[in-house]
Amino acid sequence: MTPPAQLLVGLVFVPLLTALVAVMLPPRRRRWAVLFGALAWPCLLAPLSLAVAREGTVSMIFGGWAPPLGIGWRLDALGLIVLWVHALVGIAALASAWQRFDPELSESGPFWSLWMMLATGVNLALLASDLFNLYVALELTTLAAVALIATDDGIASLAAAMRYLLLAVLGSLMYVLGVGLVYAQTGSLAMHQPGVDELNHVALVLMLTGLMVKAAIFPLHVWLPHAYSNAPGPVAAIMAAVVGKVALVALWRIWFETAVAPPLLLANFLGLIGATAIVYGAIAAYLQPRLKMVIAYSSVSHFGFLLLLLPLASQQAFQGAGFHVLAHGLAKAAMFLAAANIVAVLGSDTIRHLPGLDKRMPLEAFTLALAGVTLIGLPPSGGFTGKWMLLSAAWQAGGWFWLLLIALSGLMSAAYVFRILALTCFHPARRAVHHLHPRPPKVTSLAALMLALLAVVIGLYPHPVLELLGAGMPGIAP
Amino acid sequence: MTSAVFVLVAAAIFGLGLHGLLVSTHIMRKLLALNLMLSALFLLLIVVPATIDGRPDPVPQALVLTGIVIAVSTTAFALALMVRLFRKQGHASIHPDIDPRLLRTRISSKAKNHASGDDR
Repeated sequence: MTPPAQLLVGLVFVPLLTALVAVMLPPRRRRWAVLFGALAWPCLLAPLSLAVAREGTVSMIFGGWAPPLGIGWRLDALGLIVLWVHALVGIAALASAWQRFDPELSESGPFWSLWMMLATGVNLALLASDLFNLYVALELTTLAAVALIATDDGIASLAAAMRYLLLAVLGSLMYVLGVGLVYAQTGSLAMHQPGVDELNHVALVLMLTGLMVKAAIFPLHVWLPHAYSNAPGPVAAIMAAVVGKVALVALWRIWFETAVAPPLLLANFLGLIGATAIVYGAIAAYLQPRLKMVIAYSSVSHFGFLLLLLPLASQQAFQGAGFHVLAHGLAKAAMFLAAANIVAVLGSDTIRHLPGLDKRMPLEAFTLALAGVTLIGLPPSGGFTGKWMLLSAAWQAGGWFWLLLIALSGLMSAAYVFRILALTCFHPARRAVHHLHPRPPKVTSLAALMLALLAVVIGLYPHPVLELLGAGMPGIAP
Repeated sequence: MTSAVFVLVAAAIFGLGLHGLLVSTHIMRKLLALNLMLSALFLLLIVVPATIDGRPDPVPQALVLTGIVIAVSTTAFALALMVRLFRKQGHASIHPDIDPRLLRTRISSKAKNHASGDDR
């Protein structure tokens, strides 16, 4: 076990220990424990990034127990990128949650440890190298996420949490059923199964469907809009940026690594589902009256976008999709954090109640616009790079339908982003706002702005990330 | 032969549970249905790869044990969430504006009739 491999242990155990320590501490000290935990991640990730850039993957096996009974972990470029999004969004969300979950408030008690449990589950799911550990990690993530959504303790958020829990348990049930069938067929639980020509199609479809519930892909997305829009701002930011992506990354891994030769018909079918999700999510986002609902439906649209990797299935498409995960995660988290500030100050996130946003909260309006640029995929931003690589992959594969769809998706994102801006910043009516609550500290606005800026900056300097993703994924032809 | 019987039973229980999950409105019933489906799943996991060279295969049993632990804790958490929701909105359903009379189960209305009959 080389030194960087030992750091993998830290990625899971630092948040886990932080969660346990936070439970034992008195409520007013808990957020300090979480601060240490959140700042430790980048320190762990920096040497691991160098190791992944050098060797492609970093892996370890616990205590010398070989799989299947032992547990193996593996970090690859895709996992590393999601972990970086997680670390960056985590720090920004921490700045936002610091005041929001003040120790004086009764609801702040469990928040900090639940958040660290969520982080444990997310990191574990990204590192898991066998199908069953992935299930355990996803289940941990789901339970912590449900509890976090319910922290507001209102009827709407409790009902949203319950709906999410029921659907997610159904999803993981289908996933485990698929895993059981895979084990019955091959006698192994490894994510990468070398001696298998073709995976049992029933098992494959069951696993994919289960993960699609967790990733909120279009017909199975029903839990997402209410869950995201009723969750507290920092929670919604982490959910949209990381938690949904984890299920999608798991889906990609199972598609390309476990199912050695997935049927082409299924790939095109899933691509069509993704296409429907893109169109439906964008139209629904355009029609929503509430700002947080617009952002939530935009996530439905963009998660569908990431499903297009399955039919395109080339090295370039993988780079594009991986880059899109990074850019979308940062931008979406920035939007949720800005929206949380808007709700805190103006008391409402109904878009028609927010005219003159650019005068009252210029930083938040700028953050929304800047993150919107990435969502649309305008040239200097990170969203453009990801979309461009997917576009050229579709061009090379001769997939005209996907090509048109990707081009159209930018236009549709533009529709709902410009609608927000037009109704808030350029609306002629400057209606007086009845409630003007005290502003949250400026650092919360700046944290959101930083994320939105970062999403643009990675578009200016995309090469390190693209080179990292250039190693590709087993199962994708270079 | 026996394993085929077990698989069929598991499939039947799974179907029953899925029906219950989709049809019932009360969260308690949905959770019971989910637990039924989980039992069917565990039965299937144990039965399908039952033996290697005549000895029982330990891996699925370890998986099912983990699965049971996860199922129990998920159910406990869901029940706590259901109680919280019930205290806030007065009925245990994920549809906030449902008519509470729809949630009254047949058993409880029978019991009520029975109780009122006793009063007379």
